[in-house]
Amino acid sequence: MIRISGLSRRFGNRDVIKEVDLEIRRDEIFALIGPSGSGKTTMLRLIDLLDRPSGGSIIFDSLRTDGKEFERRSIRRRMAMVFQKPGVLNTTVERNVAFGLEFRGMSPDMIRQRVGDALQKVGLSGFSKRRAISLSGGEMQRVAIARAIVTEPEVLLLDEPTANLDPISTQIIENLIVWINKERKTTVVVATHDMGQGQRLASRIGVMMEGQLVQSGEMYDIFYHPVNRAIATFVGIDPVRDGIVESNDNNLVTVAIHGIRIQAVTALPIGQRVAVCIRPEEVTLSLPNACPSASSARNCLAGTITHLLPYGPFTRVHVDCGIPITALLTRRSCEELGLAHGMRVNATIKATAVHVIPDPGPEDNQLHVKQGEAG
Amino acid sequence: MQEIIDGITQAFQLIISLNPELLEVTALSLFISLSATAISTLIAIPLGGLIHFREFAGKRGVITIIQTLYSVPTVIIGLFVYLLISRSGPFGFFRLLFTPAGMIIGQSILILPIMIGLTITALSGVDRNIRDTLISLGATEFQSIARIIQEARFAILGAVILGFGRAISEVGVAMMIGGNIRGETRVLTTSIALETGMGNFGLSIALGIVLLAIALVVILIMNLITSGALSDSDKILGGPQA
Repeated sequence: MIRISGLSRRFGNRDVIKEVDLEIRRDEIFALIGPSGSGKTTMLRLIDLLDRPSGGSIIFDSLRTDGKEFERRSIRRRMAMVFQKPGVLNTTVERNVAFGLEFRGMSPDMIRQRVGDALQKVGLSGFSKRRAISLSGGEMQRVAIARAIVTEPEVLLLDEPTANLDPISTQIIENLIVWINKERKTTVVVATHDMGQGQRLASRIGVMMEGQLVQSGEMYDIFYHPVNRAIATFVGIDPVRDGIVESNDNNLVTVAIHGIRIQAVTALPIGQRVAVCIRPEEVTLSLPNACPSASSARNCLAGTITHLLPYGPFTRVHVDCGIPITALLTRRSCEELGLAHGMRVNATIKATAVHVIPDPGPEDNQLHVKQGEAG
Repeated sequence: MQEIIDGITQAFQLIISLNPELLEVTALSLFISLSATAISTLIAIPLGGLIHFREFAGKRGVITIIQTLYSVPTVIIGLFVYLLISRSGPFGFFRLLFTPAGMIIGQSILILPIMIGLTITALSGVDRNIRDTLISLGATEFQSIARIIQEARFAILGAVILGFGRAISEVGVAMMIGGNIRGETRVLTTSIALETGMGNFGLSIALGIVLLAIALVVILIMNLITSGALSDSDKILGGPQA
């Protein structure tokens, strides 16, 4: 649907977008994820043709987008964008939603009907005569969504649509996004800094950091196989650094870190410096006397609990096993085991759950790792 | 002290009795200043919009000059317009000197900078996000500018009101271009200057009260509109079709 190649954008002498290649497929929900200031908004503005790139190209449905303003407008009219700030105008809800249709010269009767339908979809039927700026944040954002979908766009771009909203409004808006994608067959690109939101909505994810698209692919790949430390940290893993591959037997490797040996599955060669990523939910904790015998594909590390952090219905348990290991347990199983600060426990991790990424050392500041290089 | 009390008493008598001379002067004042405001508005909003929405070299400088001209003395505008429209001036053949039309031109020029400047300020007050939103909804440049001007309507209305206030209260242009000819170009301010000089304090005070009353009415109408007591959007700047 949208093919982006070598896209860059400079503001002054700052590269906000650096050489991004990305394809948005028809009918998918694609999430652009990254911390604030990573260039997500600039990417969406470039895709919506609100801004022109400094380099590279965007092909929309096999059409070039670098033409004259009126050509760009006719392409832009096949898309709609919802901004982080709802940007409602100081008039009625109804008129706010009607703008896109007015601009397209639709008849007042048609406009009234379409606006009514759109407001019903976002659950604001009774609000048509209300002053838009008097609504709550969540309601305003729904007005913005109604205003975007009323034109029946082929592509809907959303920039942090639920930032600063309460959980209920967030849920309403997420449900709407899924509905628009499923029922209207609208391709959706959503930028968010919320990993969980990306996971709930999207089938594919692109991770942006410092203007680069550092990794893109299926949800599972990014969560379990982040290509570098920065992404690992961003997806909720605390990578352990300073490892070195000691042996490699048919891709079952032993990694030595600070005197501890961990088994993992990777194709990386002996002698490779690495960081080790273990998803907290893959770690099982048990009491010292109940340690299962360490099989060839299972790591069992003894350690001491240093922190217990409540995390919704879960508890994050930090264990010092010579290297820091984090385990995510339900609060209930935490209580059953009677875990407490300073207690000795064993942490068990399957070798297949240990993700190893190349990590040359502290001087390595390079973020961009081409896909395929990682194990 | 007695003079003041007598003056005020006489002023109220003149106002209550709807003194014909008072009415005539008031009507002419309103006609000239409202015309000047209307003409200036028609020029200031598009021009202010053009300056705000277009990027060009020296934009900052242009805005600074406009802001400096907020406080140009009325007599300087009077002199400038006098030189242009006097019989020997470049536009002398229009015979505009000492006519209401000449006064309207003078007042329009006088209030144009403040109206353009405040229009620019009003448009700058509209969130940058609104413009992006409109463009992303498929607006042409013209469509988006029209909506943004509409969005800034209250602030622009403030600019218009201030322009009108400066027009109706000025003496320099009215005196130098109009000439204070009784029944033809005599307005509230020039009248006050003349009557005070002649010792007719009652009439002067009455004219002064009328001038203030006009200001009060204008402000009340503006407050009524901006507070939303009138359904605003359809009453200003052409409503939904704008």
